Amino acid sequence: MAKYLLLKHYRGAPAPVNDVPMERWTPEEITAHVQYMRDFAARLEGTGEFVDSQALSPEGAFVRYGGEGRPPVTDGPFAETKDLIAGWMVIDVETYERAIELAGELSAAPGAGGKPIHEWLEVRPFYGEPPTVTE
Amino acid sequence: MNEPPLRELVPAVIGVLVRRGADFAVAEDAVQDALVEAVRVWPDDPPRDPKGWLVTVAWRKFVDAARADSSRRRREELVDTEPEPGPAQAVDDTLRLYFLCAHPSLTPASAVALTLRAVGGLTTRQIAQAYLVPEVTMAQRISRAKRTVSGVRFNQPGDVATVLRVLYLVFNEGYSGDVDLAAEAIRLARQLAARTHHEEVAGLLALMLLHHARRPARTGSDGRLVPLAEQERGLWDTRLITEGVEVLQTALARDRLGEFQAQAAIAALHADARTAEETDWVQIVEWYDELVRLTDSPVARLNRAVAVGEADGPRPGLAALAELDPALPRHTAAAAYLHERDGDPVTAARLYAEAARSAPNLPERDHLTRQAARLNAHLRG
Repeated sequence: MAKYLLLKHYRGAPAPVNDVPMERWTPEEITAHVQYMRDFAARLEGTGEFVDSQALSPEGAFVRYGGEGRPPVTDGPFAETKDLIAGWMVIDVETYERAIELAGELSAAPGAGGKPIHEWLEVRPFYGEPPTVTE
Repeated sequence: MNEPPLRELVPAVIGVLVRRGADFAVAEDAVQDALVEAVRVWPDDPPRDPKGWLVTVAWRKFVDAARADSSRRRREELVDTEPEPGPAQAVDDTLRLYFLCAHPSLTPASAVALTLRAVGGLTTRQIAQAYLVPEVTMAQRISRAKRTVSGVRFNQPGDVATVLRVLYLVFNEGYSGDVDLAAEAIRLARQLAARTHHEEVAGLLALMLLHHARRPARTGSDGRLVPLAEQERGLWDTRLITEGVEVLQTALARDRLGEFQAQAAIAALHADARTAEETDWVQIVEWYDELVRLTDSPVARLNRAVAVGEADGPRPGLAALAELDPALPRHTAAAAYLHERDGDPVTAARLYAEAARSAPNLPERDHLTRQAARLNAHLRG
């Protein structure tokens, strides 16, 4: 098994097919979308492939070390930041092909008009453990 | 808590319940419940006959479960005709359980999970922690696996090869968490070897012992990967090496070679060298030839090319490498190593950096990056 991160972007991914901002959906469409995500996670729990799912607020700040004896330096949020992560799902699957299949299904979550968003999800493999037998 | 010998009794107890007519999935749950009770009760009131105690309690749990599930008439009837405990058939039962848990209808991950629970006696929580997934996910994986094998007859003969693949996966691809999966794989392989005289079971056990022997030398104190040639060989566990070599020799003497015996033979030749320089690379290449013949595996061919580089020099090694698909895992890393030995640090540094970018895990990435950095620093200076 291998773990993959399915990464959802507020900004930074190519535009989805069904590109209507969520605040312009009907309340029922939002409910249907949230339910789809829940059902998806529950189904993966059932297949033994679910690891984690989290959503992130778009609010945030950049922080760096301020030097010896000084507080950390904070800055932002920067409106112009190109890449903004919205959330993720972590899955543990048998093959890369399965990870792609599941990302495709997740991207089919309904949006405006009850139609699939077709949003671009980033699929990133986790590093595994080094194998014991190497020669 | 759940340490041997308690866990070691699990497969035999499941076997007794199945023999009495319980179906495997329910029997397995009942034995897990009995284990939980054993952990609670035994410290204050240790039983004289631990296995008998587990059988009695697990059977009671099974009966309770069957009664609660009143729609299942068949089980109800079974309960009414509860048999007397028969003679112990632990050996056969345990072996059959290995086969069932590694049944070909299961995916590798399901077979691993089911084997660790039903044969290894680990709890779902321990297995979940060992594979870094939530407990509920692992519980589902196990119950799906049980459903998949629910139609398989318990006393159906199985294929040792599938069991060996499962144990190899547990040994080779585990995380280094609280549960020592490598040690658990060795325990399960020992238990299997005691019940069958299959040469490849011995071969796999030998392979595990010989690699496990190197574990103290494989990682530096800072967590970095130490390659075989640089390992401090005094740290190798000579007791495990001796045992591994003995197990291997007994298997090889039966003259039925298989891939695990060939791999173990290579590990034994490394173990035999007091220094990296003393390694008998010519013989190692010969064993790789056997391994390629037995498996036709591209990974074996890649490792063979590296061994050729040691036995005959980097040029023949690079020539052997050039015949292989460059997309093979670790192909670029092997090329980098051989180019460095061939006196071309510029190419080697470039290839090490490239290999680092496609490394499958963090320790390897760091190791390859360090190799590139070492050569680049040398080239600058």
